[in-house]
Amino acid sequence: MNERKPGLLETILVHTVLVAAVAYALYPVLWVVTLALSKTGGTEARVLPLPRGAEDLTLDNFRLVTGVGDPEKGWLFARQLVNSLVVSCATALTAVAIATPAAYALARFDFVGKRTGLRGMLLTQMFPGVASAVPLYLILDALHLLDTRSGLVLVYAATAVPFAIFQLRGAFLAIPVDLEEAAMVDGATRVQAFLKVALPAARPAIAVTALFAFMSAWNEFILAATLLGRESAFTLPVVLQSYVGEYSTQWGAFAAGAVLVSVPVMALFYVAQRQLLSGLTAGGVKG
Amino acid sequence: MSEAPHRHAGSSALRAAETPVPEPAERKLRCAARGIEKSFGATKILRGVDLEIPEGTFAVLVGPSGCGKSTLLRLVAGLEQADKGTITLAGRDVTNLPPRDRDVAMVFQSYALYPHLTVRENLAFGLKLRGTPAAEIESRIREASAMLGLEKLMDRLPKQLSGGQRQRVAMGRAIVRRPTIFLFDEPLSNLDAALRAEVRVEIRRLHDRLGATTLYVTHDQVEAMTLADSLWVLNGGLVEQKGPPLEIYERPRTKFVATFLGSPQMNLVAGKLSKEGGAFWAEGGGVRTRVDEERFGDALVEGREVTIGVRPHDLCLAKGDAPIVAELKVEIVEALGSEAFAHGWIRSSGPTFVARLDAADARSVRPGSAIPLAAAPSAIHLFDAKTDRALGD
Ligand SMILES: Nc1ncnc2c1ncn2[C@@H]1O[C@H](COP(=O)(O)OP(=O)(O)OP(=O)(O)O)[C@@H](O)[C@H]1O
Ligand SMILES: [Mg+2]
Repeated sequence: MNERKPGLLETILVHTVLVAAVAYALYPVLWVVTLALSKTGGTEARVLPLPRGAEDLTLDNFRLVTGVGDPEKGWLFARQLVNSLVVSCATALTAVAIATPAAYALARFDFVGKRTGLRGMLLTQMFPGVASAVPLYLILDALHLLDTRSGLVLVYAATAVPFAIFQLRGAFLAIPVDLEEAAMVDGATRVQAFLKVALPAARPAIAVTALFAFMSAWNEFILAATLLGRESAFTLPVVLQSYVGEYSTQWGAFAAGAVLVSVPVMALFYVAQRQLLSGLTAGGVKG
Repeated sequence: MSEAPHRHAGSSALRAAETPVPEPAERKLRCAARGIEKSFGATKILRGVDLEIPEGTFAVLVGPSGCGKSTLLRLVAGLEQADKGTITLAGRDVTNLPPRDRDVAMVFQSYALYPHLTVRENLAFGLKLRGTPAAEIESRIREASAMLGLEKLMDRLPKQLSGGQRQRVAMGRAIVRRPTIFLFDEPLSNLDAALRAEVRVEIRRLHDRLGATTLYVTHDQVEAMTLADSLWVLNGGLVEQKGPPLEIYERPRTKFVATFLGSPQMNLVAGKLSKEGGAFWAEGGGVRTRVDEERFGDALVEGREVTIGVRPHDLCLAKGDAPIVAELKVEIVEALGSEAFAHGWIRSSGPTFVARLDAADARSVRPGSAIPLAAAPSAIHLFDAKTDRALGD
C-alpha cells in the first residue's frame, strides 16, 4: 500500500463518519450502563442517556442482582456465574479439543467420506439450535442430564464443533504443507510434524475458535432456558431473563445484570486482542 | 566429512576374498535411483528415470516446468512414494523408508522456515528431534551461522528477515544436519536477479567447502550450466541427456536439449543433405552450409531429411570470402554493449532467426537491412527430421 497524507477535508470527513459509527454502536451500551447505575430504574425516554448528577447514581441494582447482603439469595448469583463460566469454558475446550485434530485431518488427508462429512457438517449449520430444542430435551431427560452443567456442555459442544472444524480447517489449509514436509525431512514423524509445526502455526486461529465457542455458550439463552429448570442450575442469560416479568420489568436490575454478563467477555477480548487480530487475518500474509 | 577415505586403499587380493563387496564405482555413489516411475492419478509424470550421483558431486536436474523435477527430488527425500523403481542413498536401500530415516536435508523453494521458531530454534529443530547432545547442537549451529553470516539474526523470527536472509537460514538448517545428500528445489527463484547471482556462487562455494553431495533442481539454465558437475536434462518423464554441462551444450543429443540450453535459443530450420564435389552440405529454409563430416560420419546420407541447428553465438557477420551460410533480414538489433543480437528471419515464412554480432559490426546494421552470416562447419548441428535425435550420436 502506498502511504499518502490525506487532505484536511478528507480527514474531517473520515472522522465524522467514524465518530458517527462509534456513537451508533455505543449508544445502546451507554443506555444500559446508565440504567444500571441510576436510582429510579425508570425507562423514560431521554435523548442523552447520561446521569443527571452524582446523587442520581447508585449501586443498588448491582446489589439486587448479585444478592450481596441478602441472606435469602445467599450465594445463588455466585453459583450461577460459576455455572456460566464452567459451561462456557468446558464448551470451548471440548470444541477445540475435538475440532483441532478433525480439522487437521480434513485439511491434510484424503479419506473415504471426507466430502460427505464436510457437507453433512455444513448442513447442521443451516438449522437454528432451537429447532432441536425438544428432541434435545427428551435426550437429556433420558440421560438424566437435565438441569446439569454437563448436559448443557454436551449440547453446546455438539453445535460448536462443526463450526470450529470449518474455521480450523481453513486455518490449517492456509499453513503451507512445506512446513510439515520440512519437519519430516528434518526428522519428525507425521505426528510430530502436526504437534510441533502445524499446531503452533495454527495457534492464533485456535484461540479465536475457542473464544467464539466460549461466547456462543456464554450468550446462549433459548436452549439453556429449555433445559434448565432449577434456579441454582441457571446460567446468566437465564438469570437475566428472570428480571423481565410478564407484567413489570425491573429494568435497573436487568441492566446491571447485562453489564455484569458483559464484563468477562470484554476481559477475554482484551486479553486475547493480539491473538485475535493475527487469527482473523491468518493466511493473509506468509510468515 | 564422515566418510573415511578408504576407497583406494584396499588391495585387490583382499577384495577378491570378500565376495559381497560392491563394485567400486557403485560404492562411491551417494544417491542412485533406478527405473523410477511415478503417476499422479492417470498422468504418468516419471517414466523410468535413472539417476546416479557420485560422492562429492554437484548434480543439477534441469527441465521445463512441470516435467517432474520436483517430483523426483521429493521421491529422493521420501516425501512421495515411487510406483516403481528403487532409491539408494549411500548404498542403503531407502525406497520404503520415511523421510526422517533417509538422512537427507532439503532446501525448499519457499524456504519453509518454522514461523513460530527463532532462527536459532529453526537450525536446532532437526538436531533436537534426533537427540543430538546440546553441546554438539550448539557447536554445529555456531559453525553454520558463521559460515552463512547469520550470527546477528539468531534470535529473530522468520518474518523479521529479508528474503535473502531467509534463504540463508534455510541453507543453514540443512548444513547443521550434515546429511548424506543436500537436496535443493529451486532455492533461488524467490530472490532478485543480483542476489540470485551472488547466492549461486555462494552455494557452489559451500558445496566445495563441505565436500557435500548435492542434488539441485532448477529450470534456470544459467544456474544449471554454472553450478553443475553433472547435469541431468529431464523431459517428458525421462532423462533426455546427462553429462558435464559443457559437453551437453556442445553436443546436445536431441533437438529438445539443443533448444533448452543456451540463450538465445539455437536456430533451427528444416533441410536436406546433399553431396557436392565430395563434400556434404545441409540446405533448407534459406540456410546452406557445409557440415563436419568427421563428426557425423555414416549418418550423412544424400537426400536425408534433417533439422539444421546453429547457435546464435556461432554465427557472425560474413566478411571477405567466408562462405555465406544464410542472409538475415534484420527486424530488431539488441545491443548489449559488448555484443549484439540481430533478430529477424531468413525466409519470410520461416521461424525467427537470431545471430550474435560483434558490437562493432552491429553498429552499421539497421533494421530492415539484410546481412550475410557465416558459421564454421563444426558449429553446425544436425537432427533427424523424424526422431529429433542428433546425427552422429
Ligand atoms: N500431488 C500432486 N498431485 C497431482 N499432480 C501433481 C502433484 N504433484 C505434481 N503433480 C503434477 O506433476 C507434474 C510434475 O510436477 P513437478 O512439480 O515435479 O514439476 P517441476 O518439474 O518441478 O516443475 P516446475 O519447474 O514448475 O517446478 C505437474 O504436471 C504437476 O501438475
Ligand atoms: Mg518444481
